[in-house]
Amino acid sequence: MNRAYYDVIVVGGGPAGLAAALSAREHGAARVLLLERNASLGGILNQCIHSGFGLHHFQEELTGPEYAERFIRQLSGSGVEVLCGAMVLEVRPDRSLCAIHPQRGYLQLRAGAVVLAMGCRERTRGAIGIPGTRPAGIFTAGAAQLYMNIEGYQVGRRAVILGSGDIGLIMARRLTLESASVEGVYELMPYSGGLVRNIVQCLHDFEIPLHLSHTLTDIRGDKRVEEVEVAQVDADFQPIEATRRAVPCDTVLLSVGLIPENELSRAVGLEIDPRTGGPVLYENRECSLPGIFAAGNVAHVHDIVDFVTSESQLAGRSAALFVPEKNPRRCLHLQNGEGIGYTVPQRIRPENIENNVEVFFRVKKVYKNATIGLSSGDTLLAQYRRERLAPGEMEKITLPRKIVEKIELNKAILSVKEGISP
Amino acid sequence: MTELICIGCPKGCLLHVDEENDHAVTGNGCKVGATYGKKELQNPTRTLTSTVCIRGAEIPRLPVKTDREIPKALLLDAMSLLDNIVVQAPIILGDVILQNLLDTGANFVASRSLGLHEEEKHD
Repeated sequence: MNRAYYDVIVVGGGPAGLAAALSAREHGAARVLLLERNASLGGILNQCIHSGFGLHHFQEELTGPEYAERFIRQLSGSGVEVLCGAMVLEVRPDRSLCAIHPQRGYLQLRAGAVVLAMGCRERTRGAIGIPGTRPAGIFTAGAAQLYMNIEGYQVGRRAVILGSGDIGLIMARRLTLESASVEGVYELMPYSGGLVRNIVQCLHDFEIPLHLSHTLTDIRGDKRVEEVEVAQVDADFQPIEATRRAVPCDTVLLSVGLIPENELSRAVGLEIDPRTGGPVLYENRECSLPGIFAAGNVAHVHDIVDFVTSESQLAGRSAALFVPEKNPRRCLHLQNGEGIGYTVPQRIRPENIENNVEVFFRVKKVYKNATIGLSSGDTLLAQYRRERLAPGEMEKITLPRKIVEKIELNKAILSVKEGISP
Repeated sequence: MTELICIGCPKGCLLHVDEENDHAVTGNGCKVGATYGKKELQNPTRTLTSTVCIRGAEIPRLPVKTDREIPKALLLDAMSLLDNIVVQAPIILGDVILQNLLDTGANFVASRSLGLHEEEKHD
């Protein structure tokens, strides 16, 4: 396999990589290689044993492992070559890669196009700086999920969860079902970071309290966590002294955000968008270097795997159709106006749009009866209404080509405001 | 009138269920919400997912799920049925692990295929 050439090489065998590899093959790439560092395909889906996946893509409710297996089965008859246990060390601008593998050693590969699908990692205690001692019993929610669901360990008996991200909510239910007690979920923001359905089916179903505008101000314990101190926060997120109280527990789970895993992307010199934490993307999910594409949580953190799948299918298709030096010149920049946290894509090349382009975005706060506007210069080009928008729920709008063509000076601004515009 | 948030999909529609009018549901974006709203107030049910011990596979736990929703009140009882189950690899997705749990008509089925691990094959 040394120095072997592939039309498309996909880095990462989670949901993004699986969908991208299949899509590249379906769109004519003759030789497709999927590299996965783990011993098996499926990525994080394998530990997400709860159901709720696939409602859009398969029109039925599947568990994570079932969702992964649907794609893995398709892959086995597709002609895509799969190499598990392969850790990609470097991607180069000329689309060559090097990787290591326990049996095959050091691999040097060349690709017509590369799709980055490395997913994301969890923010840790260090990233948010919780004071206190360093006893056993502090886990990121996803690590606890791995220990429980794959390795079969009970992580604790009495847990406090910091952050209301979806994995934290899912783990609150999972711990309760495995006869641990969950004292509460504490969320710094005045709104939940997770999907509202998870608040209902994971917390309400089991009478687990959700404390909004609260944080952990101390973790105490010698060998094992013994208690945490929690406090309500003011509008500037500072703990309110009078509200400090101790909560006895032996376990702390952190569900405080996810970070796209972009070491390879940074090293190759891709432009990174500090808002998404992922590469700046064009409409076809190409990055700032030609022939390198990115999709899924490596590009921006998704709430729903079906959106990862559709984005990765687009990236896989684009990689299969990539021809060097054929990229269109004209490029529009999509800028973030009032209330918009980020958009993907960040840049649009109108020539590459067949009929329309989907723009995914997150808002910075909760909106009711929101109006989303796309403007260019002094002109309002399009408006979209949404009953409810929240930072924890990714939204999308569909821009028809004829709207995109009206964008002036290669710059358009997306913004959101409360209420109905005249 | 009771307000509920639909858990049928990530959209999370705010439902209004009218108990005095045959549990008529309004506020739902699709038919899933209509069914959920009616059922949630009369006989709430959930799909239960967990894991059981597996021998001979690459990992020690096999994920399982109920193949239909079971009454919400039975979730913890159903969990305890899994405590002593040990299955042997290979397992194919959909294999029945426990039949007709708690007389609900639902079965626990495997939600992942796990083959016999290479190292175990030589034992």
